[in-house]
Amino acid sequence: MDKVNIKINGIPLEVPAGITILEAAKMAHIDIPTLCFLKEINEIGACRICVVEVKGARSLVASCVYPVSDGMEIRTDSPKILASRKKTLELILSDHDRKCLSCVRSGHCELQKLCKDLGIDDETIYAGERNHYEPDDSSPHMVRDNNKCILCRRCSAVCDHVQGIGVIGANERGFKTNIGCAFDMDLGETSCVSCGQCIAVCPTGALYEKDYTNEVFAAINDPDKYVIVQTAPAVRAALGEAFGLPIGTNVQGKMVAALRRLGFDKVFDTDFAADLTIMEEAHELIDRLQSGGTLPLITSCSPGWIKFCEHYYPDLLDNLSSCKSPQQMFGAVTKTYYAKKMGLDPKNIVMVSVMPCTAKKFEITRDHQNAAGVPDVDIAITTRELARMIERVGINFLALPDEEFDDPLGRSTGAAVIFGATGGVMEAALRTAVETLTGEELPDPVFSEVRGTAGIKTATYNVAGMDINVAVASGLGNARKLLDEIKEGNSPYHFIEIMACPGGCVNGGGQPQQPASVRNSVDIRALRAKALYDQDTAMKIRKSHENPAVRQLYEEFLEAPGSHVAHEILHTSYVKRAVNPY
Amino acid sequence: MGVKHCTVPFAGTKEQHEKLLAVIAELKDQKGALMPIMQKAQEIYGYLPIEVQSIISNELNVPLEKIYGIATFYSQFALNPKGKYQISVCLGTACYVKGSGDILLKLKELLNISDGECTPDGKFSLDCCRCVGACGLAPVMMINGDVYGKITPDDVEEILAKYE
Repeated sequence: MDKVNIKINGIPLEVPAGITILEAAKMAHIDIPTLCFLKEINEIGACRICVVEVKGARSLVASCVYPVSDGMEIRTDSPKILASRKKTLELILSDHDRKCLSCVRSGHCELQKLCKDLGIDDETIYAGERNHYEPDDSSPHMVRDNNKCILCRRCSAVCDHVQGIGVIGANERGFKTNIGCAFDMDLGETSCVSCGQCIAVCPTGALYEKDYTNEVFAAINDPDKYVIVQTAPAVRAALGEAFGLPIGTNVQGKMVAALRRLGFDKVFDTDFAADLTIMEEAHELIDRLQSGGTLPLITSCSPGWIKFCEHYYPDLLDNLSSCKSPQQMFGAVTKTYYAKKMGLDPKNIVMVSVMPCTAKKFEITRDHQNAAGVPDVDIAITTRELARMIERVGINFLALPDEEFDDPLGRSTGAAVIFGATGGVMEAALRTAVETLTGEELPDPVFSEVRGTAGIKTATYNVAGMDINVAVASGLGNARKLLDEIKEGNSPYHFIEIMACPGGCVNGGGQPQQPASVRNSVDIRALRAKALYDQDTAMKIRKSHENPAVRQLYEEFLEAPGSHVAHEILHTSYVKRAVNPY
Repeated sequence: MGVKHCTVPFAGTKEQHEKLLAVIAELKDQKGALMPIMQKAQEIYGYLPIEVQSIISNELNVPLEKIYGIATFYSQFALNPKGKYQISVCLGTACYVKGSGDILLKLKELLNISDGECTPDGKFSLDCCRCVGACGLAPVMMINGDVYGKITPDDVEEILAKYE
């Protein structure tokens, strides 16, 4: 790689040609502050927080997009630069709703941190005319409060460029510029799929999930309610971040202990239902392979992906697995099988799910998700909301002992825990499908070709004399490529896993937010996924069909995968939706 | 909030629709086709209501929001049709200090529309402009070609009556 010689704050440095000043400064251990910049997603140099001086340049330049060149002399810390950054912030604050004390992002807001770091001493210095917006709470999963928006466009960039949806964007111009939907539609009226990636990248409290922590507390404190909680695989890989632990710390034991101390009557694991999903989905795959059913079969665990398919590829709904997602299967089994076993009235059970996902809040409102005649899941909260609950009641999370999930719906396998990473469902399904088709034990349960954070992964496995072509996509923009192939009739695949969020659930829209400074320098998807793969490796049982609790469930209640009763309880249907209102 | 619907019901014809589809078919494979298509669409329909923007969105597989964002950024694009009588009120410096803001308020009140909009019967549309070069007559408003200068809010109703 070509190198260039530059000077940053007088220090000579040799750096690769073509990198930005921002990246070069990082090599010199200088963190230039940024606000709008999100690597490979939003590189527009618009906010002017990252400005630096380049010798010979007419004005300050935006270091996030300005490439280095040989002999360049850069200053990142002059009084002129610091004054410029401060003034930019003061101007942003002049049209910002500064209700920081009650803001959902207070304490971990990127704007707040910049104000502290850059020495803002009067947030009202440019007080004047302000825009006032009605917060949009029309969708089931989130609130958009433009009064806290700083117009960085990270949300619209991730929605359009990464997810290929683009339901939010910049409207109007000048002082009236605002992030909104076409014709000022409510978000709930658009083809938004509820993935929450916009929330994950928002630097302020302008975008946040609908908070149901008070409803959960109310249920727990209601003596007539039996409150059961389930936790998705990816939650344990990220919850620790909310308490200052390094990214990729698996906190399953402490999470279980915290849930018990919060007062849930039973602490169960969505992983159990992930194993159950594999039993049903592997059966469905084998059935479609052998009976000439619609192929490729596409996974249905990710409700953001499901809604995307309904809006953008309604002709491919037959390719979707009819399996409910693990969250919904868990609720369905809890309110039928478990309720009966324990002598509980399903009407008195409050099923709470903790999810890395905002689309799960939408999913619980879908039709045909009520196996016991009541909703399978009553309240879906995000990893962030769970962290808030733990903080609110003063549980010292870091000091908690490691505890185990309750029996029997807390039992799971290594196949289930990797559901949280892109490729995990595929690998788990392959472990079961291959053993079912060959009748032999796999020497090694690892399918490394479908691991990793690449947007699209493909592999071919020869199973019992048949080549099975599989593909895995995460991020809906990537999914489009595989779906267009199917639409055009030239998809070579038998089985496809699609997750709405890039990297899968570990990077879901409900996970603790990492600031751009972190997202731009480390791959949070890979770090969190590693926590799950490590847990899988350490587990004794690593295949869903070997989960003793799942076996017992089939023996006592569901009969066999794909049985009539399994279909009644564990499967669902989809609806065609439009992209635009006209 | 909710869909910001046009004040005038959409009355696009089959001919207009076919014309737009032909324009899209001709331009869609060119790089940067969206702007010229929007310009042509406005030539065909006179404005770009949600019905027209949706056709463009569906045909090009471009998010409706992206089209709306462009349509609201550039003042050349209109979301509402022009009326039979196009009123424009000068908000240039001279007119403004002479009270054209009050003229505009009076017009909004009488017509029950905002600037940029058109009355539901398609008769009057209301726009603001910046300096028509008749500062000596400030405050000035124009209806189609007719210029009305040195007017007060009390004159407005009488002037509109001429166009009944």
